[in-house]
Amino acid sequence: MKKLINRVEAIVDEAGEGLAAAHPDLVRYQREPRVIYRAGPPVRGRAALVSGGGSGHEPLHGGFVGHGMLHAACPGEVFTSPVPDQMEAAAHHVDGGAGIVFIVKNYTGDVMNFDLAAELLRGEGIDVRTVLVADDVAVQDSLYTAGRRGVGTTVFVEKIAGAAAERGAPLAEVERIGKKVAAEGRSMGMSLTSCTVPAKGSPTFDLGESEIEIGIGIHGEPGRERTALREAHDIVETLVRASAEDLGLRRGERVIVMTNGMGGTPLLELYVAHRDVDRMLRDRGVEIAGALVGNYITSLDMQGCSVTLLRVDDELLDLWRAPVHTAALRWGL
Amino acid sequence: MPEAHAVTTFVERFAAAVDAHAQELTELDSAIGDADHGINLQRGMRAAVERLPAGGATPDAILRAVANALISKTGGASGPLYGTAFLRASQAVAGCGSLDAGDVARMFRAALDGIRERGKAEPGDKTMVDAFTPAVDALEAGLARGDDLGTALRAAARAASAGSDATIPLVARKGRASYLGERSREHRDPGSRSTTLLFEAAAEALPA
Repeated sequence: MKKLINRVEAIVDEAGEGLAAAHPDLVRYQREPRVIYRAGPPVRGRAALVSGGGSGHEPLHGGFVGHGMLHAACPGEVFTSPVPDQMEAAAHHVDGGAGIVFIVKNYTGDVMNFDLAAELLRGEGIDVRTVLVADDVAVQDSLYTAGRRGVGTTVFVEKIAGAAAERGAPLAEVERIGKKVAAEGRSMGMSLTSCTVPAKGSPTFDLGESEIEIGIGIHGEPGRERTALREAHDIVETLVRASAEDLGLRRGERVIVMTNGMGGTPLLELYVAHRDVDRMLRDRGVEIAGALVGNYITSLDMQGCSVTLLRVDDELLDLWRAPVHTAALRWGL
Repeated sequence: MPEAHAVTTFVERFAAAVDAHAQELTELDSAIGDADHGINLQRGMRAAVERLPAGGATPDAILRAVANALISKTGGASGPLYGTAFLRASQAVAGCGSLDAGDVARMFRAALDGIRERGKAEPGDKTMVDAFTPAVDALEAGLARGDDLGTALRAAARAASAGSDATIPLVARKGRASYLGERSREHRDPGSRSTTLLFEAAAEALPA
């Protein structure tokens, strides 16, 4: 393993401090317990958005803290959920008295730790709502699994619900919009290579030189199938079709699409993939109302990509286009 | 009658067992989960031992300190699950200076109820509940038969171990292993293994 690190156990803190050093106008970082939070004081009467999850998916979530998006993010150890102390501390930093919305990706550990934090905060009299993201069509949503994994749609929930909160929407309204986005988004990913967790030092799974994993999870969890490497358009078609069909996407509907890199994919290749995503959606008669291409929800150094489709109406599109200023997403300002 | 110091010894024994079996737990988790059960629980139980209150603390205060350490230091799914278990155990024996056998049984029953509520798992889902449930049942049945606490807790530990063995052929329906579907068969659930360690520690320490 070759990585740009000082000490394996210091990675999360040092990255948090690096983020704060790069964007002193946007965020602060606190080590104990670990929280990335907005540089300014909380706005009285404004609902606040708090998210978090295991580290290793940067820029998610810390890169999305700032104007028009998250108020705070709680980074866990690499691929391990944060603990309730962090969410409590985050809430205390950003609570404006109008309540907190937790944005949680559907993984057993994240769900339980955020649940416990919500219980503790409610005990203090803080109103906490939770928006759960479970959009990965690679795994079955059934009574016999923990439900779908939360992946790319999380970025859209954070942006769009964040815009609503920034405009002063009350807590219940921010929650409603967050849940609407979560319901309208679908994703699927694929990998060309495994990721390597720094503390482990070796690849999480073995993938042959000419093999790919379709439906990969953002922690290297297996997906639908392992197949032979194919041309980009062929791979992308599998990803787009899976999400479009699950969403029941119809001719004339509008989407915002994200062609996301897994961390180790050159942008050159991502744009090749996005060109094919774009064509495929147009061929289906779907209108592309917005697009995001880049590394937004990653899996350390994994090579590969994921495609997220979000069906939008005027309400969601208007909030999507609203100004945002974070380390990883910025426009309109 | 278990005095407070026996509860401290129980916590220390469980922490030592998790230390000794950390690699085994992580390997079990690598097969069907995310390879962090041993590492996480080890971090949590080490913090718990560091935060054990000084002599003179009541059993519920000791158990609450363990719960707080587990909740704030463990992460993953095992932190909230074991943390909730110790929290409910603490609440079940609130105010008791020492514990009688019935208190110990109530403590473990409350812990199990907490785990099931937090994790929303049923017996047969291939989780720690599959070891915890038969263990608590055996403990209660033993005491109802008139066994002494040591005998009943040893039966509970054997029942946990058998329950853990019985997870091997099951298909997981909760947690990350559930995504593997049929591929989760023929693997032991890691949480059921750590639960066995918990009851073995209880059988060694609590009857003292």
